[in-house]
Amino acid sequence: MRFIRKKRSLLLTCFLACSFLVSCSAPSNVEKAIDEQVLHFGLGAEPQHLDPHLATSVAAHNILSALLEGLIGEDPKTLKPVPGVAERWAVSNDKKTYTFYLRNNAKWHNGDPVTAHDFAYSYRRILNPSLGAQYASMLHVLKNAKVYHSGAKTWKEANVGVTAIDDLTLQLTLENQTPYFLELINHYSWFPVHPPTIEMFGAFEQIGTPWTKPANFVGNGPFSLSDHRINSVIEVRADPHYWDANQTKLSGIRFYPIETTDTEERAFRSGFLHVTQSVSSDRIEYLQQKHPEWIHFEPYLGTYYYRFNVTTPPFDDLRVRKALSLSVNRKVLVEKVLKGGQLPAYCFTPPDTGGFTAKEGYTYNPEEAKALLDSYLNEKGILSLPPIELNYNTSEAHKKVAEALQSMWKTSLGVEIKLLNMEWKVFLSSISKGDYSLARAGWIGDYVDANTFLHLWRSKDGNNLTGWSNQEYDHSLALAEQSLSPQERFTHFQKCEDLLAQEIPILPLYFYVHVSLRHPTVQGWHPTLLDHHPYKHIYLERRIKE
Amino acid sequence: MTRFAPGGPFDSDKAIPEEIKIKLQSHFGLNLPLFDQYLLYMKNLLAGDLGPSFKYVGWDVSELISLSFPVSLSLGISALLIALLIGLPAGMLAALRKNTLWDYLPMGIAMVGICLPSFVLGPVLIMVFSTELKWLPALGWYSWSDLILPSLTLGLFYAAYVARLTRAGMLETLKQDYIRTARAKGASPSRVLLKHAIRGGLLPVVTYLGPAFAGLVSGSFIIESIFFIPGLGKFFVTAAFNRDYTVVLGTVLFYATLIIILNLFVDFLQAWLDPKAREQQ
Amino acid sequence: MNEAQGASLAKDAWIRLRSNRMALASLIILAIIVSFSFIGPILCEYQYDEQNLDEQFMGPNKQHWFGTDSLGRDLFARTSYGGRISLAVGFLATTVSLLIGVSYGMVAGYAGGKTDAILMRIVDILYSLPFTIFVILLMVLFGRNFLLLFLAIGAVEWLTMARITRAQTLNLKRAEFIEAARALGFSHSRILFHHILPNLLGPIIVYATLTVPAVMLLEAGLSFLGLGVQAPMASWGSLIKEGAEKMDVAPWLIIFPGIFFCLSLFCLNFIGDGLRDALDPKSSKD
Repeated sequence: MRFIRKKRSLLLTCFLACSFLVSCSAPSNVEKAIDEQVLHFGLGAEPQHLDPHLATSVAAHNILSALLEGLIGEDPKTLKPVPGVAERWAVSNDKKTYTFYLRNNAKWHNGDPVTAHDFAYSYRRILNPSLGAQYASMLHVLKNAKVYHSGAKTWKEANVGVTAIDDLTLQLTLENQTPYFLELINHYSWFPVHPPTIEMFGAFEQIGTPWTKPANFVGNGPFSLSDHRINSVIEVRADPHYWDANQTKLSGIRFYPIETTDTEERAFRSGFLHVTQSVSSDRIEYLQQKHPEWIHFEPYLGTYYYRFNVTTPPFDDLRVRKALSLSVNRKVLVEKVLKGGQLPAYCFTPPDTGGFTAKEGYTYNPEEAKALLDSYLNEKGILSLPPIELNYNTSEAHKKVAEALQSMWKTSLGVEIKLLNMEWKVFLSSISKGDYSLARAGWIGDYVDANTFLHLWRSKDGNNLTGWSNQEYDHSLALAEQSLSPQERFTHFQKCEDLLAQEIPILPLYFYVHVSLRHPTVQGWHPTLLDHHPYKHIYLERRIKE
Repeated sequence: MTRFAPGGPFDSDKAIPEEIKIKLQSHFGLNLPLFDQYLLYMKNLLAGDLGPSFKYVGWDVSELISLSFPVSLSLGISALLIALLIGLPAGMLAALRKNTLWDYLPMGIAMVGICLPSFVLGPVLIMVFSTELKWLPALGWYSWSDLILPSLTLGLFYAAYVARLTRAGMLETLKQDYIRTARAKGASPSRVLLKHAIRGGLLPVVTYLGPAFAGLVSGSFIIESIFFIPGLGKFFVTAAFNRDYTVVLGTVLFYATLIIILNLFVDFLQAWLDPKAREQQ
Repeated sequence: MNEAQGASLAKDAWIRLRSNRMALASLIILAIIVSFSFIGPILCEYQYDEQNLDEQFMGPNKQHWFGTDSLGRDLFARTSYGGRISLAVGFLATTVSLLIGVSYGMVAGYAGGKTDAILMRIVDILYSLPFTIFVILLMVLFGRNFLLLFLAIGAVEWLTMARITRAQTLNLKRAEFIEAARALGFSHSRILFHHILPNLLGPIIVYATLTVPAVMLLEAGLSFLGLGVQAPMASWGSLIKEGAEKMDVAPWLIIFPGIFFCLSLFCLNFIGDGLRDALDPKSSKD
């Protein structure tokens, strides 16, 4: 037959393809990792910057905390301050001056010693108005830092509270006493940079110089940057210059910026990743049943909420805001929709944030909600509210919450909500212009203190964006900042929370829980409130199965 | 045009003081009037410089393209090979055995291939070959075996098209007089097929290949995001989402050039295959 | 004369199409799917956006014929509603591409000469732009709305239509009956609309039938990127996307919309093929 040839070639192709497939079943990343001690880490997103003074994301934190080390470190379980570059530190009696004594064996990855001058240089850099660092305000607790950052005075003139007494002694003077100062300086905005490297690739305040590329980056942390392929992988290797290199168990970490949760889960399940960044809420139940050893629920210092734009109708009227708030069944939301063990939020600050737990101010009462809305409608002489748009940034998780609330408001109040999903950048720009009426938001604490949450709602705070301002609130928060005892501070914080619950410029929905997949071989990883996991304590080991 | 869309590259979830935004914008030359920005861009473009990326600070657009294009290219080529390897024989078989099982079966499968969106096929293939059988890596771009699943997913769709086109082209050619002449002259059936029919039968396939190849190289962003591949398509989509103006513009320019070159190439190939077209020119 | 010829052509084609069993079956199935999309919501007691948080992820049963999704919404209602959107996007976008492409191609082909050359060069240049990418750009930049969605897609798909129309017009222009019409002193627009257009219908219909599935696929691709319709609205594309993520938890979420989507693409393609065979004057020779 004349077609035999074709058929044969077809068969041959099939055969080749099959043998090809079988031959390439290689051991997975996770299997190899036990011997190699390389952690495969789902990063969730590609960080915009690897410069600690310009970085702004969780992803950046995850990488920077491997590459750099601040004055003090974190305990892997409690996140309490432990010695880092500073061996020990002393606090003055008025609690406004901190003196750090640096260890003499702390080295940069090129062998240079880490000095107090490096830290002073770094603080001057991030506070420099020309650098335009978004997180510079984290350093405003330093005396006179605000003045220098505003550009009104030079570093010398401003006399910022940073003094390098000698190579190994650094003194920091604060504006007010700040009880959470030692937690604060663990943030990457306080990390040091290597001055000669910065200067080599351009001026001190220049953005986007190539110093953050793999061959150029000089850090002082347990790991050094060995490879960076955008949208593919960021690889770090244990560095012998690190002062605690003997204690560092991992030989390297590979970070994968996989953005889609489902792709990340597939990667995890095929043995490609040790740790994922998140789990899609629809898959929690399934994974809990099938693989309880993988899924982990850990508290996470953050609040998911909606913003009202209080400057435009109908949300300029407290009754409407209150009606919407009263008709949200937060318990159903967390139990039936989110299913990740989140806590319903009846206040803004998550419970036990630096010892402060706010009283529950927001409540659920659909009858009262209906009555409030009716009184508003009667007064305006309309039968129902005009359709309200709810903005959220594109994501399955946000969509699900929005759809659930949309249906709650429709059934209990008869209010029609139109969902409007937007691209992240478009979303941000419309929120910051105040071009919205109801919008989704979330806030993750930068340090463990209620201030990181409550400062948002000060009048004219750059993150307020609701148009709500209340002098009493501003006053209470200022008093809290100057308070000497924790009890006094908490009373002022509670006052702030009460005001929020009365005025309802925002609608807290739930407190975050960090749900992620983690392979059982990952050891030394403890749940922490900020989802920080100091890498030098992590190692990979196969535990004997029961 | 991208500039008029809402949102800017420096919008972020934490509020940025106005002066910082201005500083950032002046760093990238965004504070100049639009026309000046355009002139500056054109000037740099002539020098082969596509400017810096806004999103991946410290990286140049040309650098990003040169890193990600080879990825898309190799994915595209291997998908094309798969498409041809499967599509051509299947199409020929169907054409030669018209209206038999050998026609209906491959054509039915081809139809399914055309109708099945790649974001369904991809996860199914991953589920079977990586999660369950553990033969192949589920994602990434780190070793050669990472190439198989994505190029299969991408290639099957095109294979289906190629099969249909080959079948139609072959049927058309087999009706032609010169095939009858060849047969009459006593050429063996396989000679008729390989020497005479294939050339004419492949014509529609070749015409299709130009746009298809461009599509393979540029339009694979869905595959690239399912399989987490750092290709050009993914860069483009991420850049569009992030308002990374220079990357968007640079990528579009690059694509346009690429497609023009490919179309020219296809024109030449066509002329070589089709005597009639050659005469006309 | 013209009309009589057109009618007989159509009749002829219909007879031939009817004898093509695949195409006929496809036509019937497609009709069923379309009516399902429009009548379905009436048959079903649930609304497409009606949630019942106590009935999440229920498999197909008596209450919910196709099961429920992660918010306890009825999948039957959602599939039929999604069908409306997908089919509407498919047909409307094709209409847009038809309107632009046919008029552009006719003008180019009929005018000929320099006008033709310039118009076709423009098409060539536009061809070289990466157009899928262009649609994405449009959707990202100007936000999502239903109207824009099919306008954008339609605006992308008209190029091939213009090329086909132009080639056909060019052929027809030399036909005797057009020469005759011209000799009779008919206006250009009369010639274009009364004489040329009816004769173009064949290839246009064929290509349009094949454009509809292409557009529906493109819409599904956009849904995958999160650029499809706004929630809680649904299209087959967005339903399939959601279903693909939950394939192992709730397979029915992908199976039902997937079947409808694939089946309608299937049918449209077969009908297109059938029409091509039926309308192709060459095939009548054998």
